[in-house]
Amino acid sequence: MAIHAGVFPRELEDEAIYILREVAAQFEKPVLLFSGGKDSITLVRLAQKAFYPAKIPFPLLHVDTGHNFEETIKFRDELVAELGLELIVRYVQDNIDQQKVVEETGKYASRNVLQTVTLLDAIEEFGFDACIGGARRDEEKARAKERIFSVRNDFGQWDAKKQRPELFDMLNGRISHGENVRVFPISNWTELDVWNYIKEEKLAIPSIYYSHFRPTFERDGQLLPFSSFIQVMADETITPRMVRFRTVGDMTCTAAVESTAVEIDHIIEEILSATVSERGARIDDKRSEAAMEKRKQTGYF
Amino acid sequence: MEVLKIATAGSVDDGKSTLIGRLLFETNSITTDKLQAIEASSKKKGLDYTDLSLLTDGLIAEREQGITIDVAHIYFATPARKFIIADTPGHFEYTRNMVTGASNANVSMILVDARNGVVEQTFRHFYISCLLRIPHVVVCVNKMDLVGYSQARFEEIRDAFMRSAEKVMFEGQQVSFIPVSSLYGENLTTHPENMPWYEGEPLLALLENIPLEQHLAKEESRFPVQYVIRPKSEAFHDYRAYAGKVASGLLRKGERVVVLPSGQQTTIARIEKYGREIEAAQAKESVSILLEDDVDISRGDMIVPVNQLPQQGRLLEATICWMDKKPLRVGGTYLVQHGVNIARAKTSALTNLIDVVTLEAKTAVTELNLNEIADVQLKTAKEVFYDAFTDNKANGSFILIDEQTNATVGVGLIR
Repeated sequence: MAIHAGVFPRELEDEAIYILREVAAQFEKPVLLFSGGKDSITLVRLAQKAFYPAKIPFPLLHVDTGHNFEETIKFRDELVAELGLELIVRYVQDNIDQQKVVEETGKYASRNVLQTVTLLDAIEEFGFDACIGGARRDEEKARAKERIFSVRNDFGQWDAKKQRPELFDMLNGRISHGENVRVFPISNWTELDVWNYIKEEKLAIPSIYYSHFRPTFERDGQLLPFSSFIQVMADETITPRMVRFRTVGDMTCTAAVESTAVEIDHIIEEILSATVSERGARIDDKRSEAAMEKRKQTGYF
Repeated sequence: MEVLKIATAGSVDDGKSTLIGRLLFETNSITTDKLQAIEASSKKKGLDYTDLSLLTDGLIAEREQGITIDVAHIYFATPARKFIIADTPGHFEYTRNMVTGASNANVSMILVDARNGVVEQTFRHFYISCLLRIPHVVVCVNKMDLVGYSQARFEEIRDAFMRSAEKVMFEGQQVSFIPVSSLYGENLTTHPENMPWYEGEPLLALLENIPLEQHLAKEESRFPVQYVIRPKSEAFHDYRAYAGKVASGLLRKGERVVVLPSGQQTTIARIEKYGREIEAAQAKESVSILLEDDVDISRGDMIVPVNQLPQQGRLLEATICWMDKKPLRVGGTYLVQHGVNIARAKTSALTNLIDVVTLEAKTAVTELNLNEIADVQLKTAKEVFYDAFTDNKANGSFILIDEQTNATVGVGLIR
């Protein structure tokens, strides 16, 4: 049975805008977690719509691992300048320099886990009580279990067994001092919904989502982007390939897919015929069966 | 594109996860990597088959124990519709999570094991579907392969179900029965070869053709004010709009409205969506409303047409489903969150504790324990503008919040 590309169900936009307005009304210091990826770009557009013609009433926070795609950072800065948004950047490198965290070594070294510490530090530094994220329930099985308002204790931890029931569309954001809420306005969107929305709203996205030539190498059945952040083994060969990325993360844990998609319709077609899920290209999820749930228990978004 | 929200439930081991897994599989909604991952974990667990429940039981504790604890949200689409399945737990001790999953559903899908027939848990879920006034219930009689695809067995279960159901069904509620074999994928997306006696549609076609609720549009109009937009910028110096999601009904430009609780009347000057003016806004739409007169309005206030006033008062009579380990006590104080409005409230009478299996009611009750349902009277510290849940789901429901722990401890349906 074929699933057709379809049109974006606008009901999901209305729901997301409602959630964003609840955040602005219920919390003192919200922040939008912005990675420069398609989901957080979607969140920015939704926030513009929620408060128009007023400005978005919260800043953006980027937890920068220092291992980003150059294109994403360039895109981030252009978007922030164009829309007049307030951007806060906190660097994992600073935590490494302060010896708060220890950099992983070896073939699979990644800063993905380390960013949790930087995020929690930033939450404490600014006193953020609500962190809006672009996570979707269709991405991963632990995320499929998460509420729209996900309460985290003063260590930023998620307790799956203590989640508040969420009934009808009433969102309870009451928390004690020191706790925070992670808010996921696009929980009910799928990868395809996001792409249809980007298409219909004509949103700009970083160029790495489109097909381009890039030096890559194969590891464990995945195509990894070659960069100075990753250790290439002696038996691994670097070859330029026509690739694109389905998800934007740290360069060390985001795999590429071979592709010829140069416009958004091609991307949508590709996703429709893909036999691998979006997170299938995220090496960080493959560390163990419950990798995501375990990361969330320590404060990951 | 339409979205249909389905809440599933059933007893343990009735094959719920297998049915969902199979439905996803047959609609090409499972990717190879996810399938490979669950094949590997099935093997690791020593199973000689692929355990499709691993697709939906995403928490470590669930996979350890092999049960569903919390709601999982699952998404798939066909050319006709986008489907959101809230896969809710079957165990009694997770009834609150079942209510959570079912509160937003258009359709309730209940599984029955053809060998066991209607059991307690089947009925508990049906009772909750009725309480929440879910208009369509689809009863899947599963594992038909294990009863020799017997039409007589299917009809026996259907009749037994209806005998109990009739006592709690509400007017207009539709209950459909469908025989399936999830294991062999029979009657899910294609007509069943082994059940030629079945004349209806396969499950997927049934779900694609269920008419979406129109009740929201028919209900009286309610616009709870969520947020006041005041840019105070040069371009929009005097701009003041009231942002919110239309809870029910329809609001039109030029309509005469009253603002509650102040009671002041005015006219809708404009309705906007991201700067674009629209003539009318219907239920579920997030919009901004600009009024002709300067009225003092803040979050929690409600805008309604002058001829469609809700009930008002400080005494609420409601059916409560309790969701906290600490019981509800008569005389206890809680916060009532009604839409986006919050009021302090004291519980008074507690009556009619309902056994959802036998439907017997206990009258003398002093406390309400986790997962129990009873009628409660609440006195609120300020006036509340409400409707009966049966007339208006959005404006007829509330949650109770414990002020000490901030937890959502109960849900109320106003009578």
